[in-house]
Amino acid sequence: MPDLREIVEVLLLQNYNTRLVVLSTTLLGIAAGLVGSFLLLRKRSLMGDALSHATLPGVAIAFAVMVALGGTGKSLPGLLLGATLSGIAGVATMLLIRHTTRLRDDVAMGFVLSVFFGVGVASLRMVQSMPGASAAGLESFIYGKTASMVHADFLIISIVAGLSSLACLIFLKEFLLLCFDDGFAASQGWPTLFLDILLLTLVTAVTVIGLQSVGLILVIAFLITPPTAARFWTQRLVPMLFIAAFIGGASGWLGASLSALTPQLPAGAVIVIVAAILFLISMLFAPVRGAIPRAVRQIRLRRKVDRQHLLRAAYEILEVQARDGVVRNEPFPLADLLGKRSWTPLQLRRILKIARREDHLETAAPGTIRLSESGFGEASRATRNHRLWETYLIQYADIAPSHVDRDADMVEHILGAKLVSQLETYLSDHDLALPVPPSPHPLAPASTK
Amino acid sequence: MHSESLNTQSTFPARNTEPRPEHPPEIPLAIHDLTVAYHRKPVLWDIELNIPEGKLVGIVGPNGAGKSTLLKACLDLVPLTSGWAHIYGKPYRKNRHRVAYVPQRESVDWDFPVNALDVVAMGAYRRLGWFRRVSKSETERAMDALEQVGIGHLALRQISQLSGGQQQRVFLARALMQDADLYLMDEPFAAVDAATEEAIVELLRKLSDRGKTCLVVHHDLATVTTYFDWLVLINMRVVADGPSGETFTRENLQKTYGGKLNLLEKAAEALRSTPL
Repeated sequence: MPDLREIVEVLLLQNYNTRLVVLSTTLLGIAAGLVGSFLLLRKRSLMGDALSHATLPGVAIAFAVMVALGGTGKSLPGLLLGATLSGIAGVATMLLIRHTTRLRDDVAMGFVLSVFFGVGVASLRMVQSMPGASAAGLESFIYGKTASMVHADFLIISIVAGLSSLACLIFLKEFLLLCFDDGFAASQGWPTLFLDILLLTLVTAVTVIGLQSVGLILVIAFLITPPTAARFWTQRLVPMLFIAAFIGGASGWLGASLSALTPQLPAGAVIVIVAAILFLISMLFAPVRGAIPRAVRQIRLRRKVDRQHLLRAAYEILEVQARDGVVRNEPFPLADLLGKRSWTPLQLRRILKIARREDHLETAAPGTIRLSESGFGEASRATRNHRLWETYLIQYADIAPSHVDRDADMVEHILGAKLVSQLETYLSDHDLALPVPPSPHPLAPASTK
Repeated sequence: MHSESLNTQSTFPARNTEPRPEHPPEIPLAIHDLTVAYHRKPVLWDIELNIPEGKLVGIVGPNGAGKSTLLKACLDLVPLTSGWAHIYGKPYRKNRHRVAYVPQRESVDWDFPVNALDVVAMGAYRRLGWFRRVSKSETERAMDALEQVGIGHLALRQISQLSGGQQQRVFLARALMQDADLYLMDEPFAAVDAATEEAIVELLRKLSDRGKTCLVVHHDLATVTTYFDWLVLINMRVVADGPSGETFTRENLQKTYGGKLNLLEKAAEALRSTPL
């Protein structure tokens, strides 16, 4: 295990060699986040996957060609050029299949992905048996390996990543239109084919420079995970781009650092795992679309609805009990409450427990319920809102009085103060001087014994 | 089936040898001899059409009659097998700025990370040109367009949180942003609430009062004559067109919606089932 000093050294880029690796992977992550956002929004993720797998034959062939020309065959620019060309050939094959046959897109992509990858694996074996050349290390393009990076590689990766990121920002408006509504874009004279090719070029660029550090199998995860995670945090494109760039950059930085500390771990896998953890955090906790904040909002609303139902039921019981027309806060039997709504005894007990915790109830004799001062106030308010809404539905929405209770039940809980005062003006000629207007329909009698 | 005779041009119906109707220059939309085919299946055959200025035009016909394709053909969005469509006397690409297009609502992903105002601002993109960001004055215009369709208060809402009718209004506001003379709308009334339907009709009338021409693909025969003053009945070819009152006849509707497969459909069916 690396000790603390080593960890700090790597994370803070104090070692020259890891500094290069970590920095270039961070830049790659930023570019992947930006380009990946548009790839995701254009719904072309699968195409990116096929593209990255299609780069492998190019790596092997470029190696063979460079050896044949008398080199070592290990020059990164040469290998990346080969990867680019065969990636493009893969995409071209895909488009050819789409336009000349009536096969579905996913079939074309699956075909290209598996055939090109298969050819790549086979040709990799072949070049490894070429006499006079050592092809050892070419497999690292499959799973990714950062340790072998030199200064020139760093320059290539950083420059391509920088240019790709810049292109995303320059073509922001055009890409947005293309991804949202390509038909409208074309009708406006935007060259959608050119924009699609440009986007695919950026995807190719990021894929190719990602081959060395992340590897061709996992680079698609590096393109797709950051924007998918970013989407949980925001509802708008520009923040999404920046968050995706941040998540991509952070995964690249952390992933490359971790794999520098423990060289036996393949960098690509570590980077993708870090990105996946950030995705998981986003999916669970992001306030805008995350699962937990959403569940909390739902639970809160349900509790509010339960509470208002309970208090209104209590108020209506007190109304029926009232002898001289004045509703007083008196204790009443628990059994009455059970008959007011289709509560099971268990549900009712849970709701009562929450109401007690919120100080809406006071302790009363066993088997009876007594509202607290604040509970009684809240109860008359809830009842009033309900009746205002019911009256409105009967008067203006033409809903039968026999149905109005149920309909009002669904809406009243989300009435804001503004809506309530609007309702009051609409209904100003009704019995609104009363704190609580009478029910516009007969109340169900409380179940008696 | 006489498959051997269907492989060639001869499957298309004999061209009308009567003199072609004149196409006055400068009318909003003139279509001549227009034929469109998808995957060898003809969708529109030999369309001749003149749309006069300032009319509210309803395009009516059964499912698969080629109504949407007709709009797309006018906008250069589908390849034409033959013929042309001219906008104010010129090919579409020369007169783009005079046309606004409202695609079908289902044609886009409404879970996209943009708000209503962002979508409406897209109507200004052509004016802005490459790379220029949406300016403050264009944002104000977009806001104005949203007010015109009655949902200014929803400007900053993410588009998936709008109702179907509100989404349709967003699309209409985007078209208003384009400040065009000819509006092509693909089923703006599909699955919208009554209030939205009313708002759209009101908007169409306003546009028409300002001398704009609107072509609207429409489904509801009950409202056709009240909403539109000009009709195009279409089923792969133009069955009838002209002022609503004269065009909306039982006979024309029978021809458009006639239960029996008409000859064109039979031929199209034969083409589809013929292995080539």
